[in-house]
This record gives sequence, C-alpha cells and structure tokens, in this order.
Amino acid sequence: MATSTTAPDAGRREPRAGSPARKAARRPRGPRRSLLPYLLLAPAVVLELAIHVIPMVVGVWMSLLELTQFHIRDWSTAPFVGLENYRATLDLNSAAGKELLHSFWVTLVYSLLSVGFAWLLGMAAAVVLQRPFRGRAILRALFLTPYALPVYTAVITWSFLLQRDTGLVNHVLVDQLGLMNERPFWLIGDNSFWSLLVVSVWRNWPFAFLCLMAGLQNVPGEMYEAAAIDGAGFWRRLRSVTLPMLRPVNLVLLLVLFLWTFNDFNTPYVLFGGSAPEQADLISIHIYRSSFKTWDFGSGSAMSVALLLFLLVVSAAYLLITNRRRDDHA
Amino acid sequence: MRETAGERWGRRIVLTLLTLFVTIPLYVMVTSAAKPLQDVQNGFTWWPSRPTLQPFVDMWSTVPLARYLVNSLVVSSIAAICSVAVAIFAAFAVSRYRFRGRGVFSVTVLSTQMFPGILFLLPLFLIYVNLGNATGVELYASRTGLVITYLTFSLPFSIWMLVGYFDSIPRGLDEAAQVDGAGPLRILFQVILPAAVPGVVAVTVYAFMTAWGEVLFASVMTDESSRTLAVGLQGYSTQFNVYWNQVMAASLVVSIPVVAGFLALQRYFVAGLTAGAVK
Repeated sequence: MATSTTAPDAGRREPRAGSPARKAARRPRGPRRSLLPYLLLAPAVVLELAIHVIPMVVGVWMSLLELTQFHIRDWSTAPFVGLENYRATLDLNSAAGKELLHSFWVTLVYSLLSVGFAWLLGMAAAVVLQRPFRGRAILRALFLTPYALPVYTAVITWSFLLQRDTGLVNHVLVDQLGLMNERPFWLIGDNSFWSLLVVSVWRNWPFAFLCLMAGLQNVPGEMYEAAAIDGAGFWRRLRSVTLPMLRPVNLVLLLVLFLWTFNDFNTPYVLFGGSAPEQADLISIHIYRSSFKTWDFGSGSAMSVALLLFLLVVSAAYLLITNRRRDDHA
Repeated sequence: MRETAGERWGRRIVLTLLTLFVTIPLYVMVTSAAKPLQDVQNGFTWWPSRPTLQPFVDMWSTVPLARYLVNSLVVSSIAAICSVAVAIFAAFAVSRYRFRGRGVFSVTVLSTQMFPGILFLLPLFLIYVNLGNATGVELYASRTGLVITYLTFSLPFSIWMLVGYFDSIPRGLDEAAQVDGAGPLRILFQVILPAAVPGVVAVTVYAFMTAWGEVLFASVMTDESSRTLAVGLQGYSTQFNVYWNQVMAASLVVSIPVVAGFLALQRYFVAGLTAGAVK
C-alpha cells in the first residue's frame, strides 16, 4: 500500500473489563450518551468508506466489465462480461498470463529475500545496540535515516550510485578494485533484480530495527542476568531469551513487511524511471503499466482483485499457523 | 553482565558494516550536491573537484521546483492536520468507550492499510474523473483530491498510535473532570489532549511524511500544475542529460525537514509502537 508504517492487529486489544472507567462507559446513560462514540467516529468512517471501501467495491465491479479505452470516458456503457477478464488475464497459456505469472514469481522471490535481509539487519542492529555505550544515540539516529527519507529521494540516490558510467558502484568495483573488466549495467538486465533488492533492503531494514528495538525494551534485564549466571553464551541467550520474547513483535513485523514489499510500487517505479525491466517487473508495476498502456481498466482491476485475494489467503494462512503454534506452546 | 571479547568484536564489526551500508548513499547525496556538472558526467569522484553551491541555485530553474515544493507543502500540511484531527476523535471513541462495532472498526481500518495501493488506484482514478465530469467538483489532477486521498492513507496508523497514547493516560483523570461536571469533549480537550501532546505531534509528523513521500497516486492523480515533489524530481533527467548534481541538491533539500522531524521525534514513535504492537 502507498502508506508506510505498521498497522498490527488492534482488534486484539481487549478491554480491561475491571477498570472503573470502562464500567462507567458501559452503564447506559440515555440515547445521547450511546450515540457519542459513533459521532466521534463518523469523520473517520466516512473517509475510509469514500477512499478505501467504496473504491474497492467499485474495483471488483470494474473487473467484471469490459472497461477498455472505448468505454472509459463513460463507464456506464461498458458491457458486463462476468469473469471474462479473469479468464483472459489468468490464462497461463496466453502471453499476458505468462507475463503475469512471471511477474508474480519475481515479486514473491523479491519479497521473501527483502523481508529476510531487512529482518536480519534490523535484528543485528537492535541486539548490538541493546547495551548502552558512547555514541549509541547517534548510531540509532543514523540507522533510522534511510527510513525517514522520502522514498523517492532514497531511490533516486541509489539510481545515481548504480549508473553504469557515472555511478559509485562501478567506480569501486571496476576502477578501484578491478574485480571486473567490463562495466556491468545495474539497472537493466539480470542485475536489475539484485539492484532492486539492495535498494529495498536499504530502505526497509530500519523499520524492522525500530520495531525490534521497541520490542527489546520490554525484555527485562534480569532475564539476561539469570541466563548468564546459568552459563548461557551469546547465541544461547539470543535463542532462549531474546527471540522468544520478541515473538509477538516478529509475528506482526514479518507479515507487515511482507505485504509492503509484495505491494511495492515506489522502489521499482523510481529506480527504473517509470518502467521496470522484465527481471524486476514487480506485480504492482506490471498491473500499473498494463492498465495505463492499453487503458484496459477491466483486466487491470481483475489482476488487482486476484492480487488482493492471494494476499488475503496468505495472511489468513499465516495468522492461522502462527496462532495454532502459540496454542501448542501454551 | 560483562561483555566477552568475542561479543565486543562482533558488535564492532556489525556496527561498522551497517554504518558503511547506511552512510555511503547519504555521503554520495551530500557530496554530489556540491559538485560542478562535469564531475557527475564523466565518471564518479569521491570528492568534488571544485566544491560549489551552484547546484542549489540552478535546481530551481531546471525544473519548476518551487511550484512542486509549494504543492507538496500545501498538500502534506493540510492532509496531516486533517488526518490528525479526524484521528483524535476516532481514537478518543475507541480508547474511552465500549460500543457495538468497535472491534470491527479497528480491524477494518487497519487492514485497509495492508491492501495493495494499485487496487484503489484504478477505481479512485475513474471515480475522481467521472465525479468531475458529472458535478464539476475537480478532484482529479487537483490538490484537493490529493489531500483527501493522502489523509486516509495516514489515518489508520494515526488512530492506532493515538489509541495507544490515550490508553496510557489514567482514567482517574477523566473521572475527576467528570465529577467536576466536564462533558466528554471537555475531557478530551482539557484532560486527554494536553497529556498526549508528544503523541499528537509524532502522529502529525508521521502523517506529513506519508503524504510527502507518496509516489503512486501522485504519478497518476496530478498534472503539471498540481505536481508534487515525488513526481517532479524525476524532471531533472532530460533525453540528453541528467543533472545529477542538481538532483542530489534537490533531494537533500526536500529530505532534510522530514528526516529532522522524524529523528527529533523518534523516541515517541518507538513509544507508540511499544504501546500498540508489543502489548
């Protein structure tokens, strides 16, 4: 999604039934009282409906129409074609279907690798910055900077670094270290996938770091003391104290990062200047380009809805599996 | 608990590698902004051959940067202020009242933030265009349309973070005010908000950053007159030339305010995350 911060499960936050304010709020006090929370929520609900819920419903409806360039100016004339758009775009024997499938695999590998590396770096930084030392605050601020930068300035800077003739990367690899004889292209061809991955990790790992740092603040120092007295070394403490204590944070963090990178549009769009090479053709870019190139919004919507369904299934499966495991441990 | 020699060296190596990884692009951004054009056209140099501030002057005339900057400032500020105002009321309701639909509201609002942006883009584009044709309300290619779109992008996380803050303010304060005869709105404005100022400021900065950095909708929903920085900065590459020194100078200028704001308030973001996610 276009926004850029976490949104873990607030529904889990159950009321503390015992507190006196809750009791007071629950006590019926006439109709005015019970209407108040709804009035307070009304602006947020109206906005969410207008910008998220209604467009989503419209999107599903659009995916059932033959909404090509001939009907886009007045979409009430677009004929209803049922699941035809889905059949056409998801037909894996057609050229469009093959491209979509390719884009799907690229996106999946990209997301898994990006989340994995972002988590590893965030974890490493959070653990080594857990103990206070001189300069810790400066390093923490420095590490958060890539995430605080507007995404386009971060990615534009990387695209400068990755230029074939004027970039830092080739200057170091070819001119200074002499590792290669030819100056490779980083933004087209096979290398473009790895470039995209590095840029996305650079940009996202500070978010993992921020969340894990917040999580580590809740681990009582005595637990480490106790583990140390029992003779646990660094890795043992990491495995038996840190990771179990961070489990709730990690559950949410990994899912959120995965959904973001899977839906990532900004990084490839800015890095490759509006398009993406085949090797780095992420799904959002793929849908965007095929929609605005042909002005076939019907099949664009069908692909978007299919993408949403896939992500819903993955998220539901993830939550089910992780919840079951938690029950097993209990 | 003492740190072993191995741990100390491990820490130093990890910190050095991470610092290099983070700093090199930042270093290139800063130094390249002070390079004359030939330094960024013929091979890479670690240091400007002749440090100059000329790119910071030229960047305003190569593209209409001032207009993009004003557009981004207007859109992001209004979106941030509106988003926080709406979020304050919603968070107050969720934090202080039990009501039917409370759980559904929280889950729905938060889950929309996880959905692919491309899913909303095509319908919203058509809705804005058709609404403009039908009623004359110009949302497509206007700053108003962007404000409305962006304010909902930051809304879910703003509500969620503010609920965390409001929950941490003791309910005893509410009750004391209630005994004094204060109504719900007076409790919100005179008791809760003053105690939650850091949270409100952090959420405002977050909402501003969200709008300031948005690319996807900006690339479709704007025209030349309403273009924001997110799209406008790509204008420095012409068919023949990329003014990398000016791009880096402009990037630096538009990054500094949000980076400074984020870093100044980082501990409140951590507190907000801790209040919500870790519980």
